[in-house]
Amino acid sequence: MKTALPAPATPPPAPPVSPAVPAAARTALAVCWERMREHGLRTIIVMVALCLGIGLMLNALGGRFRPTQFVYSFCIGVSCTLLVQALRLLQAFINDWWRARRGLPVDTAGFESGWRGVWPATLLGVAMGLPLGLALADALTGNRTGSLFGGSSSARLTLAMTVLGTAFSVFAISSLERLATARAEAEAARRQAAENQLRLLQSQLEPHMLFNTLANLRVLIAMDPAQAQAMLDRLIGFLRATLNASRTPKHALATEFERIGDYLALMAIRMGPRLAVELDLPPALRDVLVPPLVLQPLVENGIQHGLEPKVAGGRICVSARRATTAQGPMLLLEVRDTGVGPDSANAQHGTGFGLAGIRERLATLYGNQAGLELVAVDPATDAEGGMLATLRLPLPPTTPSSADA
Amino acid sequence: MPAPTCLIAEDEPLLAAALRQELAALWPELHVLATVGDGESALAQALAQQPDICFFDIRMPGLGGLEAAQALAEDWPDEGGVNKPFPLLVFATAYDQYALAAFKAQAVDYLVKPLDRERLAACTLRLQARLLERQRPAAAAFAAFASADDAPLQQTLTQLRALLGAAAVSVTAQPRLEVVQAQIGNLVHLVPVAEVVYFEAADKYVRVVTTAREHLIRASLRELLPRLDPQVFWQVHRGTVVQARLITTARREESGKVTLSLAGRSEKLTVSRLYAHLFKGM
Repeated sequence: MKTALPAPATPPPAPPVSPAVPAAARTALAVCWERMREHGLRTIIVMVALCLGIGLMLNALGGRFRPTQFVYSFCIGVSCTLLVQALRLLQAFINDWWRARRGLPVDTAGFESGWRGVWPATLLGVAMGLPLGLALADALTGNRTGSLFGGSSSARLTLAMTVLGTAFSVFAISSLERLATARAEAEAARRQAAENQLRLLQSQLEPHMLFNTLANLRVLIAMDPAQAQAMLDRLIGFLRATLNASRTPKHALATEFERIGDYLALMAIRMGPRLAVELDLPPALRDVLVPPLVLQPLVENGIQHGLEPKVAGGRICVSARRATTAQGPMLLLEVRDTGVGPDSANAQHGTGFGLAGIRERLATLYGNQAGLELVAVDPATDAEGGMLATLRLPLPPTTPSSADA
Repeated sequence: MPAPTCLIAEDEPLLAAALRQELAALWPELHVLATVGDGESALAQALAQQPDICFFDIRMPGLGGLEAAQALAEDWPDEGGVNKPFPLLVFATAYDQYALAAFKAQAVDYLVKPLDRERLAACTLRLQARLLERQRPAAAAFAAFASADDAPLQQTLTQLRALLGAAAVSVTAQPRLEVVQAQIGNLVHLVPVAEVVYFEAADKYVRVVTTAREHLIRASLRELLPRLDPQVFWQVHRGTVVQARLITTARREESGKVTLSLAGRSEKLTVSRLYAHLFKGM
């Protein structure tokens, strides 16, 4: 008899860390507006500096001081900037509207960072802003610049300077925006990495394990100082390995087994006769390189969710062997416990970060060549039951140890 | 006055031995009746030997310390005759923050591992004082006069309800169960939760009882409870959860025992003393 109530074998994954910019359901218009608001002050400063610079340059080139040059440079600068920004919003709006009409998902690419959401508005804005600014300045000063292309040489100079200046200012502003966005993204990525690291550490330095181990150690110090010292050495090895795991890219399988040995020795003292341990590492596989502490979370799972909740206790076996598969030689690492198995309420207490963390690391290091499987051992085929975790890693074909595995 | 007795439930042998030793040094008269390593044995030994004090580890294989205490409170025989008052409970934990907060809030005695001798000494002094208080004939007479129920048990029940409530809150919310799927052979019966009169724990299974029939599903009440609406389904015993709407009467007998009659079912359900407070006239 079975229940369709899903008794979760693996606990639900921890909620994902929210990204710096919540991407869902945000329109290009919103993204664009936010980006403009964020960089508004900087845009105004760049614009004012450029208009001042162009005005000064025009005066210098003209040989005498004419304040009207500043009126022209500011009128053109302001109208170009306003038009470019307005057109950017319009472009974002059109982009949203068009995609919505076609039933396409919202796409904000180019509006968060990059050029796609900038350059059409820039070209059009400058093209329209120029005559508008000139007309505005004419109206203010009472001059007549005349037609744009047939005017005096000073008018042509103004035109050329304005086009160059505006192009430069748009480039400068966009570059600043992109730089700021990239910095924010890098910051978010760094924060995420630090958070992941912390969660990995937390899952490995489980406070229950730590304090119970210390409690045992405290007792042993009075009862059996020699054994206490041995236990402390194991604890030091375990802590050092856990804290160093993120700094070493790979270590020998023999080292991995030593660290597991440390952890299991600590657990054996705590659990007494309830825990039996079997470690099987063929000598030929000792030097194979593996990611540090890739097996450790599986062993801890087996203890915490398999054997600790079982009144009678049981056995945990960790073994390594070589297998030839269609994809070439593989390293098979197995962690088997004879604990309570999957359909216990205790499985819910896990964080699930151990397994998810291993899968993530494997995917980064080996792509789809490596894999992790966790299955319940069917009590019909094996009376001891429990769980079996199998880790598959690709073996380099040149491994000299392949002969006798 | 007979020597006070205690029971130690701690799954890690070294820690159990250490607690025994420290207690022997601090309180030589205290007689340790038994040391057990899991919740079920703790319950069985406590019921059989009736100690004055129980030291329960929170995390043990099988029943945890809190669950063992709940079962003990439900099954403890009524005081009087050869039966002793409900034992004083002391919980021990290495690191259960929700439990520690609840212990403090409820003024429950607890120990933090690694054990600190000074705190253990303070704990034993408090226990001695409370045992002494129980044995003062005047106080006992007053308690008997004031209430038919035994006061220590009532106090413990209030504390346990709060602790169990805190433990339930610490379990992450899960989506509500709408339909129970019970498989018999190659046939799966779909039972809407709204039609379930009560769920009852039965060894490794849960009995799902409707007015028409009953099914067995392979699950535990502990897994089911977070998925049921506590307003709709009331826990009335550690092994029974009833749909409140379908309870017709609750009968309180002279012994204080409460039994429920149900709409559409002829059998009666027993309410444990931990949940008897749910049924009182408005």
